[in-house]
Amino acid sequence: MSILVIAEHDNAALKAATLNAVGAAAKIGGDIHVLVAGQGAQAVAEAAAKVAGVSKVLLADDAAYAHPLPENVSPLVVNLAKGYGHVLAAASSEGKNLLPRVAALLDVAAISDITGVVSPDTFERPIYAGNAIATVKSADPIKVVTVRTTAFEAAAATGGSATVETIAGTGETGSAKFVGQELTKSERPELTQAKIVVSGGRGMQSGDNFKLLEALADTLGAAVGASRAAVDAGFVPNDYQVGQTGKIVAPELYIAVGISGAIQHLAGMKDSKVIVAINKDEEAPIFQVADYGLVADLFKAVPELQQAL
Amino acid sequence: MKILVPVKRVVDYNVKIRVKADGSGVETANVKMSMNPFDEIAVEEAVRLKEAGKATEVIVVTVGPTAAQETLRTALAMGADRGILVQTDAETQPLAVAKVLKALVEKEGPTLVILGKQAIDDDCNQTGQMLAALLGWPQGTFASKVVPGEGSLTVTREIDGGLETVQLTLPAVVTADLRLNEPRYASLPNIMKAKKKPIETLAPDALGVDVAPRLTTLKVAEPAKRKAGVKVADVAALVDKLKNEARAI
Ligand SMILES: Cc1cc2nc3c(=O)[nH]c(=O)nc-3n(C[C@H](O)[C@H](O)[C@H](O)COP(=O)(O)OP(=O)(O)OC[C@H]3O[C@@H](n4cnc5c(N)ncnc54)[C@H](O)[C@@H]3O)c2cc1C
Ligand SMILES: Nc1ncnc2c1ncn2[C@@H]1O[C@H](COP(=O)(O)O)[C@@H](O)[C@H]1O
Repeated sequence: MSILVIAEHDNAALKAATLNAVGAAAKIGGDIHVLVAGQGAQAVAEAAAKVAGVSKVLLADDAAYAHPLPENVSPLVVNLAKGYGHVLAAASSEGKNLLPRVAALLDVAAISDITGVVSPDTFERPIYAGNAIATVKSADPIKVVTVRTTAFEAAAATGGSATVETIAGTGETGSAKFVGQELTKSERPELTQAKIVVSGGRGMQSGDNFKLLEALADTLGAAVGASRAAVDAGFVPNDYQVGQTGKIVAPELYIAVGISGAIQHLAGMKDSKVIVAINKDEEAPIFQVADYGLVADLFKAVPELQQAL
Repeated sequence: MKILVPVKRVVDYNVKIRVKADGSGVETANVKMSMNPFDEIAVEEAVRLKEAGKATEVIVVTVGPTAAQETLRTALAMGADRGILVQTDAETQPLAVAKVLKALVEKEGPTLVILGKQAIDDDCNQTGQMLAALLGWPQGTFASKVVPGEGSLTVTREIDGGLETVQLTLPAVVTADLRLNEPRYASLPNIMKAKKKPIETLAPDALGVDVAPRLTTLKVAEPAKRKAGVKVADVAALVDKLKNEARAI
């Protein structure tokens, strides 16, 4: 059976998360098709056609898909899904918004946030904030799956030569309207894609003090993340949050500064290759997962670290 | 308008869970249970809408064992008006819960359903989206702000790149994210009052819903453990380790 991967994009470029979803599809095995639902998204379809392992791209170009509203996109996916054994998307805010809606319309279970493929109908996924890993088997004819991007290698962005087929849209439901977006602008790498992440917690004390971490991040070419406490306190925007209910990251190096290490935070970063913790409390639980722990006042240690690099 | 709020009883978020030795699941016997934290936020939002005169009644519902009545009582103490327990001892998976909720929506006629965005035990993040699909209603997931209007609802959503605002035609489904509000603590008088509020018990069969799981859990295991790390004396030692041992910079 073939696999349908839902592309994530902004109508101009294909998002990197889609490559990880294609990577997971390759693990399942079978023909891989990619759906690009967008408006003026020809360039995205062309980019998807170049992804290694993809054999066909379906492009639904329609004003209804200018923004990925699940009310409009789900009927399109449901119509297509009947010809596939699997429907996959990245476990991003967009994938999580769309796929359960698709699954319910197909009357099948959705399988969230898989971290492993055991066989085409059996998957591993974290539960309880990653404190346990469940192996689940689906009895449904179509498996609707979101993919934890950090758990699957990205497919190569080039090397493929898929055909692009244009398909008709399924129209607008009109029940939901896009009003606006406030996207965080940053010159730094994207949190989930960065090789190095520097994160701050409540210990930073203010948004202004995050400049210390930004300076360190810029020296390292890193992204900046945060704990929930730092986001709730308004130090940084919501999309910085790493954890069970924020972003899942697994960079080469994660530097946690003034973060205590609550399980909900660890859930989002404990698969990082190397973890550094800087905290003035030597009992802080973050030290239990840190490869290198530095017990120090961050306001002294962070500038010193930046100088030393 | 009536608001329906589904709440789930889960292992308290402070509990360090243990995987059962036989790999059949997670130990839940003799473990502190609480209302799913996102559901507290959902209840709080509904109660605030009622207090602001935008809603007439807040109905809380749970699908689970008899003990889940406690969770309903907690919600009633926060200000919900009445509770419904759909009693089952089976594992409740999102599609089954969504079907039960759909049947209750048809029975009770709410204009708005506010759920938590995710249950912190199964971490599925599915039920609200599934319910919206089954009802054919629009969905405002991961909400950090909800503003009711004339026949519509403006919802600000937390998305990967920042925030997104959508306008939904009512009736609609909303799922609560962490920053939607800060749930209140129930006062003692309200806890006492909640004891007298009605809770109705139903069987899934009575709603015509088959709650049998679609996914079989073959095994539950502990995640891979990280090897113990070391403490370094100072910044110089840290830089040395990162450069020469970990080769991470
Ligand atoms: C349902 C739910 C979901 C959640 N989801 C998430 C999530 O996705 N992500 C997340 O992060 N959290 C999440 N949380 C919150 C989590 O439980 C913790 O409350 C949060 O992670 C704490 O953030 P923190 O470590 O920054 O703050 P704290 O726990 O307050 O820790 C601050 C740390 O800073 C240190 N410190 C203070 N001053 C200094 C200094 N000058 N120098 C050095 N160190 C200093 C202190 O020693 C302390 O260890 C969730 C909670 C719930 C209930
Ligand atoms: N058994 C249940 N009873 C009542 N509500 C539930 C139940 N399971 C899930 N929910 C609701 O659906 C939300 C999302 O759960 P989930 O899709 O399992 O992550 C929760 O926050 C609850 O609001």
